Amino acid sequence: MRRWRLPPPSPKPPSSMTRFSYLARKIGIVAFGIFATITLNFFLFRVLPGDAVASMARVPGGSAELKATLLAEFGLDKPLMAQYGDYLYQLMRGNLGVSYSSLRPVTEDVIKAVGNTVPMTLLGITIAVLVGISTGVLAAYKHGTATDTVITNVATIVYSAPTQWIAIMLVLAFSAYLPASGASDPFSFETEFWPLFVDRLRHIVLPSLTLATACFGQYTLVTRSSVLATLGEDYVGAAKAMGFPAGRILFSYAIPNALIPIVTLIALSMGTIMGGSVVIETVFSWPGIGRAMYEAITDRNYPLLQGALLVITVSVIVFNLLADIINMKIDPRIVE
Amino acid sequence: MSDPAQTIAPAKPLRPRTTNLKLWVAIGTLLTFIVIAAGSRLLQIDPGPIDTSLIYAPPSAAHWLGFDDAGRDVVRLLIIGSWPSVIVGLCAAAVAVLIGGTIGLVAGYSRGWLDLILLRITDYFIVVPALPLAMVITAIWGADLWRMIVVIGILLWATTARVVRAQVKSGRERVYVQRAKALGAGPVHIIIHHILPQVLPLISTTGALAVALAILTQAALEFFGLGGADVLSWGTMIRFAFQRDALLNDAWWVIVPPGLCICTVITACYWLSQCLESAINPRLHTTDLRVRSFSRRLTPGDQP
Repeated sequence: MRRWRLPPPSPKPPSSMTRFSYLARKIGIVAFGIFATITLNFFLFRVLPGDAVASMARVPGGSAELKATLLAEFGLDKPLMAQYGDYLYQLMRGNLGVSYSSLRPVTEDVIKAVGNTVPMTLLGITIAVLVGISTGVLAAYKHGTATDTVITNVATIVYSAPTQWIAIMLVLAFSAYLPASGASDPFSFETEFWPLFVDRLRHIVLPSLTLATACFGQYTLVTRSSVLATLGEDYVGAAKAMGFPAGRILFSYAIPNALIPIVTLIALSMGTIMGGSVVIETVFSWPGIGRAMYEAITDRNYPLLQGALLVITVSVIVFNLLADIINMKIDPRIVE
Repeated sequence: MSDPAQTIAPAKPLRPRTTNLKLWVAIGTLLTFIVIAAGSRLLQIDPGPIDTSLIYAPPSAAHWLGFDDAGRDVVRLLIIGSWPSVIVGLCAAAVAVLIGGTIGLVAGYSRGWLDLILLRITDYFIVVPALPLAMVITAIWGADLWRMIVVIGILLWATTARVVRAQVKSGRERVYVQRAKALGAGPVHIIIHHILPQVLPLISTTGALAVALAILTQAALEFFGLGGADVLSWGTMIRFAFQRDALLNDAWWVIVPPGLCICTVITACYWLSQCLESAINPRLHTTDLRVRSFSRRLTPGDQP
């Protein structure tokens, strides 16, 4: 025999003060995270055996004077903490050093690369979220049926595939119809907007599709379990008892309440997405930040590598702050 | 406790029957790959001689999956390549679970500043993109199998730590733990006898996930050529197939199988984790939009 309890009193809307202190705390954590990233990023490249000059001065006939001159020129003869201070100061002015390979400021190269990465990843994430949420809701709605089993297992299996392999499989399947390398046609003489736009669009399809394929699976699974959890709540039972149609229960009650873990997951998956975009940009020669990282590793271009890692990590941290703010809008109770 | 899943979730008939099938398929798959990996190591199978006349030779009855860019048998390479994936997956996951479990236990059991510091560090490592950081560390530090295990292990512990911390935090408030404490039990006794049994099943699910993530990270690092010079694995097979124009030669037999192998192992890990999770948390099955009937269908052997 089930006992019916009174619903808990509806929570007071939080005052602007609690929301402010919640935000302030989150921003404080993010500031700490960014500082930790910068510090880690500096020492990671300093504690390792052998400095840059050690390998550069290994030229035949390279004298001790040459090495000393190089050390002084790059400021590597100063104590470590002084170098750290220099690094922080230069970073504050937006100076990430000079790329060894292009001999241009790393900041310029990084900004250009990010400009290419953003549209590709945004398109990919959008497709992944749309597919993930719709299949997840469908699986939860058809819970326990064959549809549910098929969706859950396909999502798991596709999510299990290595990103680089998915990329190569898509190239194998579609390279006859779509370009599989670069962000635009290097031999094109088009100057008008529409042909240029279509060309860019054709190039962006395969990388974005790879990203979407690689990450929609976890959105499906989390959406499914989150919607299932809200479907078990008392207010859904009450709505069912009142005879509301299933569609209305689903779209007005279950899904809005299931959104919070999904938003959190999308933010948390940004790290994986950035990792995935490094892989994807390498396969498709997409001139973004991930490809810059890969090339920096093969060229031993440490300033660019350091700058790219910093930008990737900081952007992921900021994305998580954004998710916290969105979650605060969706569910004001979170601040308490 | 011998089988935590059994003692926590006795409500067997409510569970869909596919769960058990999935569990056995997952365990069977993982065991098969472990046996193949160990066997290739014990029997010292070598990749065979380089034969330029057989470069990208297509599959035949004697060589089921044809030859790679050096004229070596792909089936044999797949068998040899299982060892690095299996060993890195298991060991890195063990490192991750050990670090994460310890940090989660300490953070969850201690309150105040220590908990706060550990929580911040955990949150930081959850957010930080693991693959780019692993790329940088291996690029600077150099790479071989053991370094890869360490690097992947120290990048993947955070999820375990967070899950364990939450469980320990709620577990230490339970009445019987409070009672043990009131009777004079020390923290070590309480952790070993009361907290760990609650936490271990959770660790098994995050551990299975960690194995999957470790194998995927390893394959990605190897794709970038950061897996060590002489390592031959599924990840390097994908790398070489991509770099040495297997696509231009239409040699799908070089590139499809290693990916499928990784995919199979990872799926098995996910299934194992899902089954363990649903065994621990049987409530996952009970929510439903359809009209629910509570009449249980009895199968022979069930208690009515």
